Amino acid sequence: MNEDSEQHCPLSSEGRELVKMAHGGGGRATARLLDSLFRPAFDNPWLERQHDGAVLDMPGAMAFTTDSFVVRPLFFPGSDIGAMAVHGTVNDIAMCGAEPQYLSAGFILEEGLPLATLRRVVDSMAAAARETGVRIVTGDLKVVERGKADGLYINTAGVGRVVANHPIEPGQVRPGDRLLLSGDIGRHGIAVMAAREKLDLQSAIESDCASIAPPVMALLNEGIAIRCLRDLTRGGLASALVEVAETAGLAARIQEADIPVREDISAVCELLGLDPLHVANEGRFMAVVAPEDVDRAIDILRRHSVSEAAVDIGLFLEGSAGLVTAQSVIGGSRVVDMLSGEQLPRIC
Amino acid sequence: MKYRDEYRTADAARGYANAIARITTRPWTLMEVCGGQTNAIMRFGIDQLLPKEISLIHGPGCPVCVTPIDYIDKALDIAGTPGVILCTFGDMLRVPGTKSDLAAARAGGADVRVVYSPLEALAVARDHPGNEVVFFAVGFETTAPANAMTVYQADREGLVNFSVLVSQVLVPPAICALLDRPGNRIHGFLAAGHVCTITGYAEYEPIARQHRVPIVVTGFEPLDILEGVYRCIHQLERGESIVENQYSRAVRRPGNQLAQQVMESVFQIVPRHWRGMGEITASGLGVSPAYQTFDAEARFGAVISQDESQGECTSGAVLRGETRPDQCPAFGTRCTPEHPLGVTMVSEEGACAAYYRYRRQVRRPVE
Repeated sequence: MNEDSEQHCPLSSEGRELVKMAHGGGGRATARLLDSLFRPAFDNPWLERQHDGAVLDMPGAMAFTTDSFVVRPLFFPGSDIGAMAVHGTVNDIAMCGAEPQYLSAGFILEEGLPLATLRRVVDSMAAAARETGVRIVTGDLKVVERGKADGLYINTAGVGRVVANHPIEPGQVRPGDRLLLSGDIGRHGIAVMAAREKLDLQSAIESDCASIAPPVMALLNEGIAIRCLRDLTRGGLASALVEVAETAGLAARIQEADIPVREDISAVCELLGLDPLHVANEGRFMAVVAPEDVDRAIDILRRHSVSEAAVDIGLFLEGSAGLVTAQSVIGGSRVVDMLSGEQLPRIC
Repeated sequence: MKYRDEYRTADAARGYANAIARITTRPWTLMEVCGGQTNAIMRFGIDQLLPKEISLIHGPGCPVCVTPIDYIDKALDIAGTPGVILCTFGDMLRVPGTKSDLAAARAGGADVRVVYSPLEALAVARDHPGNEVVFFAVGFETTAPANAMTVYQADREGLVNFSVLVSQVLVPPAICALLDRPGNRIHGFLAAGHVCTITGYAEYEPIARQHRVPIVVTGFEPLDILEGVYRCIHQLERGESIVENQYSRAVRRPGNQLAQQVMESVFQIVPRHWRGMGEITASGLGVSPAYQTFDAEARFGAVISQDESQGECTSGAVLRGETRPDQCPAFGTRCTPEHPLGVTMVSEEGACAAYYRYRRQVRRPVE
C-alpha cells in the first residue's frame, strides 16, 4: 500500500496493515491512528478535546500510580496485555484505599505490528476500563524499529479518589492483625508461562487478571479496619508478604494448608520446581485487617466474584522484621522468602 | 491431587515420626542423595519431626552443583562463538564460571536460550539451519535418556548444526566414592527415587553389601522420605544392610530398560570430575564414538580441567556431607542467593539455597 492510498483510506485494509515508523511521527499518520482507533475505543470527553493533557476535577486526597506492561505473548489464556494494563493500574490505586477514576496510556509500538493486533489490544483496554468504571483520558504513542520491542509495550498512570479515612500502608500493621487472601494463587504466572513456552498442558489454565477494586471499596464502605492492602503481582504472595512484614517491622506466620492453590497450578509448579507462593497473579490481593474484623471482612469479600474464595491464612506478630514462617501441611515449619532473581525451571 | 496429597498428611507424618522415635536407640546419620529430597526436607520441615538422634545430611545430589566449573567455562566459551545458539535448562543460567555466568553472557548479547526439554533444542536447530545449536546436557541418570534421545533423533534427521556439551554424571560411583573417603560418617542412604526409575536398583545391592550400609530407594513426598528414614533406621537398629525400595509406585528393580538402551547406545561411561569431589572413575557419561559428530567438544574444542579453588566457600564439604550449610560462617551473611560464594547457594536444588530459602533466621546480609 502506497502513501497516497493510505491517505484516502487509512484503515480500510487494517487486517493486512502494519504499524510503520510514520505512525509514531506525530504527523498525519499519527493523527489518523488516534482518530480511527484510539479515540473511538476509549470514547470520552477528555480525549475528544484533543488537548495535550486532561484537566481533571478531583477534590480531596488522591492516589496516584504508574506501571508498565511488557508481557509476552500479548494474548494469553484468560486475558491480554491491554486488559492487564487497565486492571494492573486500577488494582494499584485500589490498594491505596482509593476508588480508581482516570488513567493515562502510553504505547510503544514495534514497527511491523499488525494494526489488527493493536486494535484487539485497544478494544480490550476499552472494555476493561468500561467494566471497572475508569476513563482513559490522555495518552501517548511512539513507534520503535522492528526488532526493538515485543510487538507493543504499554505504560499507564492512574489516579483515584481516596475513600479510606485512615492510612492504608504497612506501617499501620499491628501484632495480632490477621492476613486475608482474596482467592487461589498462581494462575496468571502459570497461564503466561504456559503460553510463552508453549507448554502442552492438559488443563485449561487461564489468568486471574481482573479488577479487585470492587471488593476493596466494599470493605472500606462497610467500615472494615483495613491496615494494609497489597496486590500479589510479580514475586507472588511470598514477596508481598515479606515486603509488608519488613516495612511493618514485624514477623508473620501463615498456614500453608489454608492457602488455596488449584490442583492444576500446583501440578505445573511441582513439575517445573516453582513455589506457588512465588508465582505472579493479576487479580489477587492480601488484606491485613484487625482481628475483630476478620469474619465480617471475609463475608464481604466472598460476596464478590473476584474474591469469593477469600480466606484467613495467618497473622502478624512480634519478631524479627520480615521473618515470615509457614507451617507446612505435615506440621513442620519453614521460612517464606522473597523470590531470588528470576523464576527458572529446574533440570530434574 | 492423586499420588501427592495422600503423601502429605499431617496425621500420617506424625505416625511415622513416632514410629521412628520408638525404634531409635542411638545416633544415626543418613544421607539423602537427591537435591529434590533436600528441598522437600527443608520445605516441609521433615527433619523437625525426627528424634534428635537422627541427623540428615545432604549429598552431592544436585546436578547443577556438581557440574565442574570447567564445563561452565566451556559453555560460556561456546555461547560467545559467533553464530552459536546455546540451549540450556534454566537453572544453569546463574551458575558462575571462572569469570562470568550464562545469564550475564545472554545480557551481553550471546544467544542463550532456556529450554524446558532437550527436544526443544532440536526444534531450535531445525528452525535455524544457519546457526550452530548446542544443547548443554547436564544431569544425573534422570536426564540422560531424554538427552540421549535428542542426539539419536538429530542423527536420524541428519541435522548437521546440532551438538551436545555433555556433563552427565552417575550416582552409584559417587556413593562409593563418599563411602571410601576416610572418616566418612554416613550410616545409611536414601537413594534418589527418580534416578532409580531409570536405572533400577540392582547396581546398589553390591554397594550395600560391601560397605555394610542400608540403602532405601526413596520418593520425594514427605511421607516417602519419612518412610525411607524409618526403613533405614529399622535396618540399622537390626544390623542389616540391604537395598529396599520405598518408591515401589515408580521404581522396579530392573528400571526402565528402554531408557537404558537409548543411553547406552548414545553415551559411554567415562571418568568424570565432580565439583567438590574431584575425579571419580566411571562416574560420567560422554558421547559414544558412533555419535561423535554430535559432541560439542569435538566441534568447539575439549573442556580443559582447571583448578577449582573455592576461596571461602565450603560447598565442596557440603556436597560431601561433611558439613551442613548453616555451619558455614559465610552462610546467610556474606553468602546469599543474590551474592553467592558457591554453586550450592546458586542452584534451586542446592543444599545451601534450600537452607537459606526455608530455614535461615538471619535476614540481612552483612554489608
